[in-house]
Amino acid sequence: MDDLSGFDVLVVGGGNAGLAAALSAREGGAKVLLLESAPQWFRAGNSRHTRDLRCMHDAPTKVMSGAYTEDEFYKDVLSVTQGKTNEHLARMTIRASTECTEWMGSYGVRFQKALGGTLQLGRTNAFFLGGGKAMMNAYYDAAYRVGVRVVYNAEVVALRVVDGEFQSLTALIDGKSTTVVATAVVVSSGGFESNLEWLKEAWGPMADNFLIRGTPYNKGKVLKCLLDLGMESISDAREGHMVAIDGRSPKFDGGIVTRLDCVSLGIVVNNKGERFYDEGEDFWPKRYAIWGRLVAEQPDQVGYCFIDSKAMGKFMPTLFPPFKAETIGELAQALKLPAEQVVETIKAYNDAVQPGTFDHETLDDCKTTGLKPAKTHWALKIDQPPFYAYPLRPGITFTYLGLMVNDRATVLMKGGTRSKNIFAAGEIMAGNVLGMGYAAGIGVTIGTVFGRIAGREAAMQALNPQAASLATPEVAIHAVR
Amino acid sequence: MLSAELLEEGQHLMAVCNSCRYCEGFCAVWQSMETRTVFEEKDLNYLSNLCHNCSECYYSCQYSPPHEFAINPPKTFAKLRVYTYELYAWPGPMAKAFHRNGLKVTLLTVLILVAVMTSASFLLGGQLFMTVHDGNFYKIVPHSVMSIAFAVVGSFSALALLIGFLRFWRNVGESYSTLASPGALATTAKDIFTLVNLDNGGDGCSYPQENSSESLKWFHHATFYGFLSCLIATTLGAFDYFALGQHGPPAFTSLPVIFGTVGGVGLIVGPIGLWIMMQRRNEEIVDKSQNGMDLSFIVLLVAISITGLLLLVLRQSAAMGSLVLIHLSFVMTLFLTMPYGRFVHGIYRSGALLKWSLERSRQAKSKASA
Ligand SMILES: Cc1cc2nc3c(=O)[nH]c(=O)nc-3n(C[C@H](O)[C@H](O)[C@H](O)COP(=O)(O)OP(=O)(O)OC[C@H]3O[C@@H](n4cnc5c(N)ncnc54)[C@H](O)[C@@H]3O)c2cc1C
Ligand code: SF4
Ligand code: SF4
Repeated sequence: MDDLSGFDVLVVGGGNAGLAAALSAREGGAKVLLLESAPQWFRAGNSRHTRDLRCMHDAPTKVMSGAYTEDEFYKDVLSVTQGKTNEHLARMTIRASTECTEWMGSYGVRFQKALGGTLQLGRTNAFFLGGGKAMMNAYYDAAYRVGVRVVYNAEVVALRVVDGEFQSLTALIDGKSTTVVATAVVVSSGGFESNLEWLKEAWGPMADNFLIRGTPYNKGKVLKCLLDLGMESISDAREGHMVAIDGRSPKFDGGIVTRLDCVSLGIVVNNKGERFYDEGEDFWPKRYAIWGRLVAEQPDQVGYCFIDSKAMGKFMPTLFPPFKAETIGELAQALKLPAEQVVETIKAYNDAVQPGTFDHETLDDCKTTGLKPAKTHWALKIDQPPFYAYPLRPGITFTYLGLMVNDRATVLMKGGTRSKNIFAAGEIMAGNVLGMGYAAGIGVTIGTVFGRIAGREAAMQALNPQAASLATPEVAIHAVR
Repeated sequence: MLSAELLEEGQHLMAVCNSCRYCEGFCAVWQSMETRTVFEEKDLNYLSNLCHNCSECYYSCQYSPPHEFAINPPKTFAKLRVYTYELYAWPGPMAKAFHRNGLKVTLLTVLILVAVMTSASFLLGGQLFMTVHDGNFYKIVPHSVMSIAFAVVGSFSALALLIGFLRFWRNVGESYSTLASPGALATTAKDIFTLVNLDNGGDGCSYPQENSSESLKWFHHATFYGFLSCLIATTLGAFDYFALGQHGPPAFTSLPVIFGTVGGVGLIVGPIGLWIMMQRRNEEIVDKSQNGMDLSFIVLLVAISITGLLLLVLRQSAAMGSLVLIHLSFVMTLFLTMPYGRFVHGIYRSGALLKWSLERSRQAKSKASA
């Protein structure tokens, strides 16, 4: 490894937040070094699995339809987090989100035209042409173009901080321990979702059965190190985004294709053959994120979704084919479930289904009576063979325990003082906005907004520390480019 | 027959992509895929010909190797395409011989033709090595012989291509009657003439390497329009001969010569450009078994153009006789091999575009009536 000295700003972690920070620090004139723990092909962590970001806009744009105002956006944040958010940071993020697509576009990120998009999120979200990896490829190309130095296979394992001031860090570069010094650092190394021991510490033995939807590289080493060094934490180790995905998915990195969208069209039983929650409580995109936890609470952390022929073709195609049989009993046997109990559960459910007009697009009037738990919408009898089933397991997207920051992306220390030159962006601080719950596309929004701020602040800290200490929050939000 | 392995590879690809759909903005393959849930051989045959190998999806894919799902759309589609070329070829066995040893078969054909024609010329007392002062080719190969030979070979070629097209059309699930759709034909013609798909909305293709480039489009244009221009030249030449009775060599400023020259230049620049790009392709996305087929097509086009242009310049010299024979041998080989080589991609790709256009209007109709 040749000389890694003389850089102003170090960026740790090359996902969306890290690249936004690196590019923005370059805009500020800093010499930037980006350390990414993955090899080149696996670069860009969870960001390479994304598809869209959520943006406020008062009128239709090239890439989003209609309008999505600050208040509506904020209401959505309040509702998913059930109030566990920092209003100041959330609103700042929302306002700054108006500039995201244009800024990303200026670095070659391409978007699909308005409308398109499989999830009908075309109004609130902008979709990357080709998905997150295409987006990240564009960012990396731009980074090389503007002279950001990128080193892969560089895992940061320790930071040296004295009195809230970052001094240097230690990275394993191609396995070799290397110390790097710089004037400021941006940490954007993700959550700790791929750290199996840490998950187990937080969740107990059940964590053994969790699947990790994204990168195997987000082990939370930098997060842990900074928390140990006296930085203030936000949110909780058990908070995060966890969904129910196909139980046959790989342990890591299965990404979007492992999702299952059929829960609201059928019923879900645990491995005792019993139902445990209202499958028709609300639209699937809104309930997607609670089913991970629901399944996690079941014995052995598994669930099985049963549907019949009527439901086929009404949900997104799946990577793994469903289990299929002519009778419920055979299907249960194929899944190694107690067949009698499953038959019994489905019979009880079918008996409780009331007549109604099925409409998957609205909260319809198809429901059960006298059943516990009830299914309150889209309840149709499961009676048309062949029958199908999918196994479910909890799949972690990312964790929320993070570093507390202010609106200049500065990491705060216990007791409320600011660190001097440590900034954070992305998953590692997303818990400031998302105390719990999730709104599709907000992960990238938080990363982009805070990445840009962190990069600019870090550059300013490195090149012009006096101005940095004077800058007001409003400057921090709007003085871009 | 489609090997079980390749069928499985294609179905695995579609299973991953159809549950992902991140690439839906890139090309028609993805939009067409989204209207399906089952992928049988016929669907793969169609979709693989709808892919124009731009590779955008490969670079954007979070599941390309070394990921364990290991999907590689351009490469899988390329393998499927070459399988369809064999499947639809008429007569079938010709295609196999050609695909295995494209370049060898081509060169052998050229040699045989040259030998046959040379001996024939001597036997008939032709003036092969003499300077024919008026530059008249027909003193080397009489016009009637040339016309008959090319009529036979040309008709054979056209028939084989037509049969191939119809086989494709039926195989991908269309009926002959759907061919008569003026709207769809017009859209398809526009797609073909503008190569709008190679443009990717103005961003170019990830070919030959990841960074987007417009070169593929321009070299393809040069080849395609060069070919058309030469066809026009030949047609005009025939018209002059038969209808206007101009039996001498055409003037340098005559239309056949102008079209022929422009076309010839296109057919040198285009194929050589494509060949240079082939050398720079990312190895990961290439089905190398097709190199011979590609190379032989390129060699033929370039050889035809060079000998054709030389002929124009040297038509007053003693070299003219041999040049004519060589040039005609190359042209004839092109016609003979056309139905079994890279040329057919144009036929099936056009068919796939036509089907795509029909699919879109059917979707629009079913939406309107729903
Ligand atoms: C399947 C899936 C789909 C998703 N879809 C969406 C979506 O459509 N929209 C959306 O907004 N969000 C989505 N998310 C969430 C989104 O991925 C994240 O919120 C966002 O990408 C986080 O960006 P980041 O830069 O903070 O982290 P990452 O993109 O994960 O980047 C962190 C980087 O840090 C590197 N790293 C980790 N530790 C170290 C270390 N010690 N030293 C050096 N480098 C290190 C990692 O290798 C990685 O490249 C999705 C997540 C998944 C898993
Ligand atoms: S090529 Fe990859 S990114 Fe594109 S649709 Fe297929 S799986 Fe998704
Ligand atoms: S290589 Fe290009 S044309 Fe082929 S499927 Fe991928 S995006 Fe479409």
